[in-house]
Amino acid sequence: MKRALLFLPVIVAVAFGIFLYTGLGKDPQELESALIGKPVPAFELADLKYPDRTLTPDVFQGQVSLLNVWGTWCPACRDEHDDLIWLAEEKGIPVIGLNYKDNRNQALRWLQDLGDPYQITLFDPQGKLGFDLGVYGAPETYVIDKQGIVRYRHVGVVNPEVWEQKLGPVVRRYQQEGS
Amino acid sequence: MRHWLMMLLVMAVATGALAQSGNSPATAQDIYPLATEAERERFDRLLNELRCPKCQNQNIADSDAPIAEDMRDEVYRMVKDGADEQTVVASMVERFGEFVHYKPAFDARTALLWLLPAIVVLIGLLVIVVIVRRSGNGGEDDGAHLTEEQRRQADELLRRQ
Repeated sequence: MKRALLFLPVIVAVAFGIFLYTGLGKDPQELESALIGKPVPAFELADLKYPDRTLTPDVFQGQVSLLNVWGTWCPACRDEHDDLIWLAEEKGIPVIGLNYKDNRNQALRWLQDLGDPYQITLFDPQGKLGFDLGVYGAPETYVIDKQGIVRYRHVGVVNPEVWEQKLGPVVRRYQQEGS
Repeated sequence: MRHWLMMLLVMAVATGALAQSGNSPATAQDIYPLATEAERERFDRLLNELRCPKCQNQNIADSDAPIAEDMRDEVYRMVKDGADEQTVVASMVERFGEFVHYKPAFDARTALLWLLPAIVVLIGLLVIVVIVRRSGNGGEDDGAHLTEEQRRQADELLRRQ
């Protein structure tokens, strides 16, 4: 009994080591969204392409979509752009764009030059919706279900791997749910 | 004589420069003017207590990230509208999660964080109690089992020293 007790510090140290080791690979920048399970915050924003058209959270109703936060000032957004086009065209996923703290002309030129993966693009020059969503760095991509409820948040670039492992499964789950 | 003139000149230039730099630098009060002292204090406390989600380990008073600026503006707007501290913190937690607060609420996920110091102190106290008890056990009957003869011998030895 006493002998066994002598090993206690070793056991505690090993357990603590395992606990810390599991934390090593985690990305501290990846915060879980506070909005998961909640509806997209209320907004009234202009359409990027048609400034007279006012958009509300109704744009998310009726389909499982991706909400992609981007800006022409964001180099990583350029990286993921082709993959968003791939998602929209090859996979048929509705992608809603949120043009975040950007300039309308520059944003329009960007879509003209690089192609437009977005079904609709919300124009948010002041970053109001971005702030309410808790966006702290573009690009960010959210999965929104048919009722307009936020189901997942991905911070960083979208690419085929991220789609297969993270976004895709969530989208498929919520696509099956209501149908 | 020339040295004196030179020195005077240098001093004059230096004081001039000092007077110029004496213009007070921009303070929080210039950028975010608030009416009452209470509001200013609340604003200061909030800026120091809220954490920037982008540059982690900086509060939003300290951080230069665009998101920290947005948060400062929003805190300012809310404080000016008379919101109390809990309301402001709650509205930020709603957007950015518990992470944004340097003092996260006590719940199942943060229990370990809050309780660990107390647990470690308890373990330390336990270890001390055990050690003291153990060493005490050996000492209690010291000398009790000695015969009269042995006692006398011991006294003698002690006295000799």
